[in-house]
Amino acid sequence: METPIDPEQNPEPEKPAAKTPEQIAKEQDALLDAQIKRRSFIAFGTFTALGVAAYGSWRWLLKSPDEVAGVTAGAHAPLRRALNKNELFFRKLFYNEKHLVRTYPKEMAAKNVRVNSDEGLKTKFDPAAWVLQVKKKSGEVLKITIDEIRALPKTEIVFDFKCVEGWDQISHWGGLKFSDFIEHFGLQEEAKLEYCGMETPDKQYYVGLDMPSVMHPQTMLAYEVNDKPLPLDHGAPLRLIIPVKYGIKNLKRIGTINFSDQRPRDYWAELGYDYYSGL
Amino acid sequence: MRKIKEKHSLAMRWFHWVNFPVLTIMIWSGMLIYWGNDVYTLSIGGHVFFKFFPEGFYRFFHFSSRLAEGMAFHFFMMWFFFLNGFLYVVYSIISGEWRNLFPEKKSFKEAWLVLLHDLHIRKTAPPQGKYNAAQRIAYSAIIVMGFGSIATGLAIYKPVQFNWLCWLCGGYHVARIIHFILTLGYVFFFLIHILQVVLAGWRNFQSVITGFEVVKEPSAETVPPVTETPIDDGNAN
Repeated sequence: METPIDPEQNPEPEKPAAKTPEQIAKEQDALLDAQIKRRSFIAFGTFTALGVAAYGSWRWLLKSPDEVAGVTAGAHAPLRRALNKNELFFRKLFYNEKHLVRTYPKEMAAKNVRVNSDEGLKTKFDPAAWVLQVKKKSGEVLKITIDEIRALPKTEIVFDFKCVEGWDQISHWGGLKFSDFIEHFGLQEEAKLEYCGMETPDKQYYVGLDMPSVMHPQTMLAYEVNDKPLPLDHGAPLRLIIPVKYGIKNLKRIGTINFSDQRPRDYWAELGYDYYSGL
Repeated sequence: MRKIKEKHSLAMRWFHWVNFPVLTIMIWSGMLIYWGNDVYTLSIGGHVFFKFFPEGFYRFFHFSSRLAEGMAFHFFMMWFFFLNGFLYVVYSIISGEWRNLFPEKKSFKEAWLVLLHDLHIRKTAPPQGKYNAAQRIAYSAIIVMGFGSIATGLAIYKPVQFNWLCWLCGGYHVARIIHFILTLGYVFFFLIHILQVVLAGWRNFQSVITGFEVVKEPSAETVPPVTETPIDDGNAN
């Protein structure tokens, strides 16, 4: 920019000596150096600060205390919050009872169905003396025999059973559709509650399930595997098959069924696993 | 004459440096999960060449018996991995930076020449823009792999709610295998990437932090006008 020169104030402006090309180059070089230094300093400073902050956050998360033990336990408190938020996100946005698990032809079902766990099956047990106990809202306890359940229309499913560990196996189950069970035994009022809980007769294994998953059209109380009565290690006389959940929720040897608006206790959720465990 | 040459936009640097630790945590927590059913092997005709993974490997990294913890971390960090990757792709499209990255027709032919050059078999490498042909292919492949990880991940996370996606991924069983192989792919990429960064030198590395590189510009006084400088502007990685 050119400013008009006031001759009185600055009678003889000194003309700067013409710079040699070397001087110009040198000055430009110094300018460039300063610019490089400034930009590098800001960039590396920011990078280091953010890096330290990120590392600090990670250490915080890794060392964060476990949640207060309740219905769920054993997970870092912030991660448990995340698991619960994930549940809400996927339930609200994506869960739909019309979303069915894929089914397969019978021939594809495994002949040797994997037995992965015997939690809740270790107590001495007489299948002949078994009755299913259903705790109603009124406090009344329904006692249902296996013959009553077998007398109702049977449904079958051949689906890919998925374990939380990561394995899967196509297996074939037969039993009573859970929504038919609700209907037949007059449990409509109970089905309006938020949750359903199931426990083995010895109370050593127990699951809590959200009602939409329990009422899913593919959920059943199974008494057959591969067209034969359930063996004891698969949960005779009656087990849960709930294809919208991991295997951990598919309780064997159901002793009691209860209903609640609060989350019923859940064996694996007390050990750090997601309560919902929905697929 | 030296000159500041802008190389990596702030957004790109952000995506890169957020992705690195997040992906590391995803792989780490993924390993805690994989331990739960570690059945994959490299085998031909029944002969097992390698088992994923040997016992000592789990012991060294403390991967054993931490399935619940692994799932909790994985299903928390997945949001950051997804969000960062999603914004990166959106940014690349809007800013037009994808043009620097997406392989061109000639890239597939040139990638071999780049490889030969990197292996010191060939003296010169083909002329390039911001990224060379091999980089274009590798970096684009990584984006495709990211899509793959998210798709197969979602397929095994919610196989019933996203049964169509699970079907697209070849079913639950296959989706888990693909998810695992992609992870091996990231580790492989990482090793090559680190090697290339080391070979390319400090000047190249710091540009991913500062965003710029100082380049020597051939000026009329110092360099004769007709010079074919073999490309080595530190662009290797």
